[in-house]
Amino acid sequence: MGTTLAEKLWADHLVRKGEDGAPDLIYIDLHMCHEVTSPQAFEGLRLAGRPVRRPDLTIATEDHNTPTLDIDKPIADLTSRTQIDTLRSNAQEFGIRIHSLGDADQGVVHVVGPQLGLTMPGMTVVCGDSHTSTHGAFGALAFGIGTSEVEHVLATQTLPLKPFKTMAINVDGELPEGTSAKDIILAVIAKIGTGGGQGYVLEYRGEAIRSLSMEARMTICNMSIEAGARAGLIAPDQTTFDYVHGRPHAPEGQDWEDAVAYWKTLTTDEDAVFDAEVNLAAADLEPFVTWGTNPGQGLPLSAAVPNPDEIADADEREAAVNALKYMGLTPGQPLREIAIDTVFLGSCTNGRIEDLRAAAEIIQGRTKAPNTRMLVVPGSARVRLQAEAEGIDQIFKDFGAEWRNAGCSMCLGMNPDQLAPQERSASTSNRNFEGRQGKGGRTHLVSPLVAAATAVRGTLSSPADLEGADLLVGAGA
Amino acid sequence: MEKFTTHTGIGVPLRRSNVDTDQIIPAVYLKRVTKTGFDDALFAAWRGDESFILNQPAYKAGSVLVAGPDFGTGSSREHAVWALNDYGFKVVIASRFADIFRGNSGKQGLLAAVVSQENVELLWKLLETEPGKEITVSLEDRTVTCGELTVPFEIDDYVRWRLMEGLDDIGLTLQNEGDITEFEKTRGSWRPKTLPAKTEPKVEIEAARPVDA
Repeated sequence: MGTTLAEKLWADHLVRKGEDGAPDLIYIDLHMCHEVTSPQAFEGLRLAGRPVRRPDLTIATEDHNTPTLDIDKPIADLTSRTQIDTLRSNAQEFGIRIHSLGDADQGVVHVVGPQLGLTMPGMTVVCGDSHTSTHGAFGALAFGIGTSEVEHVLATQTLPLKPFKTMAINVDGELPEGTSAKDIILAVIAKIGTGGGQGYVLEYRGEAIRSLSMEARMTICNMSIEAGARAGLIAPDQTTFDYVHGRPHAPEGQDWEDAVAYWKTLTTDEDAVFDAEVNLAAADLEPFVTWGTNPGQGLPLSAAVPNPDEIADADEREAAVNALKYMGLTPGQPLREIAIDTVFLGSCTNGRIEDLRAAAEIIQGRTKAPNTRMLVVPGSARVRLQAEAEGIDQIFKDFGAEWRNAGCSMCLGMNPDQLAPQERSASTSNRNFEGRQGKGGRTHLVSPLVAAATAVRGTLSSPADLEGADLLVGAGA
Repeated sequence: MEKFTTHTGIGVPLRRSNVDTDQIIPAVYLKRVTKTGFDDALFAAWRGDESFILNQPAYKAGSVLVAGPDFGTGSSREHAVWALNDYGFKVVIASRFADIFRGNSGKQGLLAAVVSQENVELLWKLLETEPGKEITVSLEDRTVTCGELTVPFEIDDYVRWRLMEGLDDIGLTLQNEGDITEFEKTRGSWRPKTLPAKTEPKVEIEAARPVDA
């Protein structure tokens, strides 16, 4: 019997096979750090008198706490400033490369790694952040870890792990116009549930996945964690190789030839068997939005707010009742009629250049709804520079959107970019949990295309709802 | 890490599924650089509600949390485990846990015990009928006892052994440091290194300013 891609990656990083129920010891190729989940790990090293084993496989950036305005001034929030100062002093003490606020390579850690060419096929990538699954888009085994594990990787460059189960997510056919990678992953999560992927590595396969760009693939793998999975994977192909080629840390010369030869072996064998399989037809997809307080509570935009009484499962019914109360929604209300206060375009899910281009294409020449504000936060400083070079920043500014500096921003509201109580957002981020974007804030997860159309109309909308929509050429991010 | 064999304490019924780590500890509390002092942050959004279970005197001193399925989903923040520990919880019981949360628990001496949903319902009823009732969790026997009721729980054998011995993962791994060094010799030279740093040319980043409303 053949092996799956996930199993191949595991085998290629096996330092030591666990015996008598002990976990395997797995080597880590790249460890990314940020200010929130690392301070206690460095403190642990200091207390134990341990060095960082491989500073040359470690990189840090500042993202979760960083302000997106006035970044040249001291950070106003004292605890945020302490956390960032702590990361800077830890990086200096332990000899770790850091890209700080104001540096052109600062940004959301999951945007920075790929753009520097540090994320490649065939690697193991970890970070103290659950959205590390993003890097699986390259055919790398990438997953989020807790702070104890951050300390473990810093000290040993390995992790003791039990093998994951494997699940194939087959997405066949072609995506309809107006839909994008975000709609695929929201539909997957709605289908298998927020716990459906627990214990699994998801491998996304099929024609619809193959035809996606690298950035769109990252959007899909990014949200694997919202289905409970540890990691998401897409087998590398020419699209992947082309994306990596020429980036600052991409291999060169013979190393490039060797790397590509190896990367081409990184596919699931035809006779391999997955522990579970899920099928989805891309042609059936519509723009998808969430109505509740977990990412599995989503529906096509053309649907209405569900009636909890019609939900058979008791736990799900209770969760829906709680969600509707928190979200301030009524069963039967068409999703398209939900008025939005704030549109947030950004995050490690949808803060890349293609996302900004897709949204800009929709809003160009249109007017923003007067009662809706739009916040555009590029995923990294480089993405911002690229957008400015293309004139995209001006399209957003002309539209009336706020053009900000890079960071996690309103995705999790650790910096000043937060929703007020009961303020409602359409957000291209990844989590609609209670209070995620600010205490009492109400979040609807959407694609960049839906975010843009919503900013025009002021209610949850897709590009097809806009006047003159038939003139739009396919925006495919 | 302290050795864990058995624990007896007040059971707290939390009738909610999908309790994510943003509920366990909201992001605004993640700015501290210490590992302790998070007790006030636990369930911060819900603690403001007088009827919330931990605001009821009988449950206030609880140390065994009995929650609905899919506890600890979402963000990887280990602060969720620290907050539960700091509040005084020693055990969380649920029918399903998110993977990262369960892993984090095992590393901090918090026992995540998997009990069938049917038995969770029985425990909820007992704890609600008699607020303040104690639960005994025996890691040795893998059982949860509440009054007359004794039900089994599941836990990974290796995690159980580590908890019972109170062992530190890093120390265990470094016993095999030779294997790590040998493995490193086999890594292909194409694999990237972060140092020396390579980047696109450095460019000045202009600070965004607030827009007048």
